[in-house]
Amino acid sequence: MHDETINLLEKRKRQVHTGGDFDMVAEKQSLAGAVSQRSCSFCGSRVVLYPIADAIHVVHGPIGCASYTWDIRGALSSGPELHRLSFSTDMQEKDVIYGGESKLHRALVELIDEYRPKAAFVYATCIVGVIGDDVVAICRKVEREKGIPVIAVDSEGFKGSKKEGYKAACNALFKIVGTDDVQEKIPKSINILGDFNLAGEIWIIKEYYERMGVHVVCTISGDGRVDDIRKAHRAQVNIVQCSGSVMNLARMLEHEYGTPSLRASYFGIEDMSKALYDVADFFDDAEMRRSAQRVIKEEVARLLPALAPYRKDLKGKKAAVYTGGAFKVFSLVRSLRTLGMEVVVAGSQTGTVDDYRLLSELCDPGTVILDDTNPLELAKFVKEKDVDLFIGGVKERPIAYKLGVGFCDHNHERKEALAGFIGMLNFAKEVHSSVMSPVWQFAPRRAGQ
Amino acid sequence: MNCVTGKNFTATRNACKLCAPLGACLAFRGIEGCLPFLHGSQGCATYIRRYMISHFREPMDIASSSFGEDSVVFGGRRNLFDGLRHVIEGYRPQVIGIATTCLAETIGDDVSMFVKEFVSAERKQTALPYILHASTPSYSGSHADGYQWAVRAIVDQLAVDGPNEKFIGVFPGMVSPADLRHLRELLDDFGMPFSIVPDYSDPLDGPVWGDYHRIPYGGTPVREIGKLGRASAVVELASTLSEKQSAATLLDERFSTAVFRTGLPIGIRQTDAFFRVLEQITGRPTPARHAGERGRLIDAYVDGHKYTFGKKVALFGEEDFVVGLAAFCCEIGLRPVLCASGGKSGRLRECIMAAAPEIDPATPILEGADFAEIGETILPLKPDLLIGNSKGFTLSRTTGTPLIRVGFPIHDRISGPRSLHLGYRGAQRLFDTVCDKLMEIRQESNDIGYSYI
Repeated sequence: MHDETINLLEKRKRQVHTGGDFDMVAEKQSLAGAVSQRSCSFCGSRVVLYPIADAIHVVHGPIGCASYTWDIRGALSSGPELHRLSFSTDMQEKDVIYGGESKLHRALVELIDEYRPKAAFVYATCIVGVIGDDVVAICRKVEREKGIPVIAVDSEGFKGSKKEGYKAACNALFKIVGTDDVQEKIPKSINILGDFNLAGEIWIIKEYYERMGVHVVCTISGDGRVDDIRKAHRAQVNIVQCSGSVMNLARMLEHEYGTPSLRASYFGIEDMSKALYDVADFFDDAEMRRSAQRVIKEEVARLLPALAPYRKDLKGKKAAVYTGGAFKVFSLVRSLRTLGMEVVVAGSQTGTVDDYRLLSELCDPGTVILDDTNPLELAKFVKEKDVDLFIGGVKERPIAYKLGVGFCDHNHERKEALAGFIGMLNFAKEVHSSVMSPVWQFAPRRAGQ
Repeated sequence: MNCVTGKNFTATRNACKLCAPLGACLAFRGIEGCLPFLHGSQGCATYIRRYMISHFREPMDIASSSFGEDSVVFGGRRNLFDGLRHVIEGYRPQVIGIATTCLAETIGDDVSMFVKEFVSAERKQTALPYILHASTPSYSGSHADGYQWAVRAIVDQLAVDGPNEKFIGVFPGMVSPADLRHLRELLDDFGMPFSIVPDYSDPLDGPVWGDYHRIPYGGTPVREIGKLGRASAVVELASTLSEKQSAATLLDERFSTAVFRTGLPIGIRQTDAFFRVLEQITGRPTPARHAGERGRLIDAYVDGHKYTFGKKVALFGEEDFVVGLAAFCCEIGLRPVLCASGGKSGRLRECIMAAAPEIDPATPILEGADFAEIGETILPLKPDLLIGNSKGFTLSRTTGTPLIRVGFPIHDRISGPRSLHLGYRGAQRLFDTVCDKLMEIRQESNDIGYSYI
C-alpha cells in the first residue's frame, strides 16, 4: 500500500490556519507546482464582462482561451444572447511570427457587420503583448470605422490572478460609463454591481429593491446592456456584491461622479435582509424602510416553515467551503448556520489577511482557514475534519465525491438561483439533496458505519 | 448562431477544437504515477482541469509553473524549477509530464535544456521522477495534435533498445475510458501480453476512495513503455496522423519495430481490419466471444436497417473519430451530409473516402471547421441527426436537430467516460443509440401514438 499521508508544502504553511494564534499571509502569487485552484487575469476579465449580452466578446489569441470560456456560465439575459457565442482570432504560428493585428482587424470588422453588437470587447491573451500586437490601436481603428465602442481588455493571463483581471475589466467598463448624454442623478436609484445573474439571481434581487420603491439604473454585469452601462453614473449609490470583482469600478464611479457605494451579499436570510435595509438607510427614507421590512417579513414568513424540514435533517452536519472571493464565504457560514450546520474548513482563492482574520473570528474555534489552496490540502482537511458537505466549484467537486462527501456547486454551474430569500430555500434543497442521498452508504468512508 | 451568410469568417466562431496542451494532459494522465504539468500561466492548467473534470467527473490535477510578468521577461526557468520541486514534494510522482503552453513557446523557453539542468542539479539530493516534455504550442494544431505530440514524446523519451519481447504495443488514440477497457479486454482474449499507451481508463474512470490518492491509480507503467521498441508489433489506431507525429513511426525508425496502422475500430469494417491485424500478430483466430458479438451486431443491423436507411447525419469531432463515425454510418445506411472537424491534417477527405467508400463524393468534408460554419453548411442539408460531442448542443437546439452524443467532451450528460465506441460492442451501442433515437423521432413525429414501431 502506498503511503498516502498528505503533508503541507513548506512554502504554503502560512497560508493555512489550523488554530492557535492567527498568523496568516495572503494575496501572494500562486506557488508554482502547488496546483492552485486559481485561474488567471484573463479569467477574471472574462468573468466580469461575459454577461454583457448585447456585446460581442472576441478573444485575441490561440484557440484554447476562447474554447474553455464558451457558454461557460449560466449568466442569463432577458434579451439578446450574443455573450453566449465564442469568438477567437484563433492565432496560428504565422500570426505569432508576423503579428496578429491585421487578422484581429478583419475579424472584428466581419463580426460587427454580421452580429450588429452594441459594443465589442477584445481580450488580450498571454502571447499578444509578447509578440507586440497593438490591440488598443486596432480597437480604436475599428471603433472609428464602425461607430460602436470597441474596447481592448488588458487581460494577459500571466499578469496575475483573477483579481488583476477584474481590474482590467473595470477599466474596460469605465470606458463606457458616462457616455450617456444626461448627467444628473436619478432619484432613489441604485446600480447593482458585481452580480452575474447566474440562474436569474439579479432578477430576484432587483424585484426586492423595486418593491421597496428603489429605481435600478443598471446591473453590472448580469443581464448587462451597453446602453444601461452608459447611464451607470446616474445612480445615487452602487450596491457592490462579492469580494471586489467590480469594486474598482465602484471606486472609479465614486472618484469621477461622486457615487458612494455599499457592499452587499444576497446569500442567506441575514445578509439578504441587511442588503435591503442598508439601501433604505442610505436614502434615509422611512417609507422605504417600512417597505423593506414588509418585503423581508413576507419573504421570511414564507421561507422559514419551508426550511424547517431540511433543517431537521441537516442539523449538526459539517461543511467545508471554498470559493473564489472571500466575501461569499461569510454568507455561506451564516447560511449554513441557519440550516443547523457547522463550517469546519473555509477558504478562498483571493481573500485578504483581514478577510481571513474576520473569518477565523466568525467560525467556531478549530476551523481550518485556507488561502489559495489546492486539491491535496482540501482533501487532507475534508478527510481530517470528516465533513459531510463541500461547497465550491467544479474543480473542487471530484475531491468531495472521491472521498464520499456531498457537494453543492456555488459557482459557474449552478442552475438554481441561490441568492435572495427564495435562493436560501433552493440552497437548502440542494444541500439536502446531496447530504441526505442514500448513495454515501456505499462509499468506503461511510461503509460499515 | 442565426447568421446564414456562407461568408468566410476570419474569426473562429464556436470552435470545434480545443488547444494542444489539453490533449497532452490527457495523454500524460494515462501514464502510471504521472502528474501533468503545464509550463505557462496558471489559467491554462485551471481551465483545462475544469474542462476535463466536467467530462470525466474525476480528479484531474495539473500543475503549473504559474508564470508572472517576471517569467515573461526573464524566462520561465526559475518557475519551472520551483514548480518541479513543489510537485515532487507534494505529489511524489513517478513521472512528471511537462507540456508547453503558447506563452512558454513564444518567449522561447528551451524546456528540454531546463529539464536536463534540473535533473543534473537535483539528482544528488533526491530520487527524481522521470521528467518528460512535449512541445505543444496552442497556435499549431488542436487538442488532438497535442495528444499525439505527447504520446510521441513519451515514447521518444522512454523507449530503449534491448532484446525482443513477445507482446503487442497499442497506441489507441483519443478514445474514452470505456473504449480503453474494451481494448484491454479484447487484447486479453487474444492471449498475448500487451501494453496500451497511454491508458487513462482507471485514472479517469475510477472508484470512490477511502483515502485520497495524490495521483489516481492506474495508467501504463513506465517499464512497459520502455520496451515498446522491442515489441512483437505495435498497432497505431489512427487514420489522419502524419508520419512526423506518429509514435509508431518513431519506433520503426529507431528500433525497426513492426508497425501496423489501422483507423479507429468504429463499425464492423474498421473493427474487422483491427481484428485481422491482431490475428496476424498473434497467429490466433478472432476469439469466439468477439465473433459472437460480431454475429449479434449484424443481426441487430438487419433488424434495424429500415429505420436507419437514407437518414441524413452530420458528423463532427476529432478527425480520426469522424473517419470512424463516417465508416460506421455508411455501413448501416445512414447518409452523412457533412463531415467536419476543427483539426487540419489535410487528409480528412482522403481517409474518409478510404474508410467509407460508398459516401457521396460531393459530401462536404470540412477541416478547420467551427460550429458556426457547420451550422451554416447543414442548414440547407437538413440532417435528421447530429452525431458528435456535446458542444454540438447549441447547434442542435437552434436547428431542432437531435444530437447523439459521442466522443469528447460530453459536458451535459453523465455517461461520457463510459460511452463505448470501439469494437463490435461499441458499434452495437452506437447502433442501438442511433436506431432508438430514430424510432423515437418516428413515434413522436405524429399524433397517432403508435405503440409498436
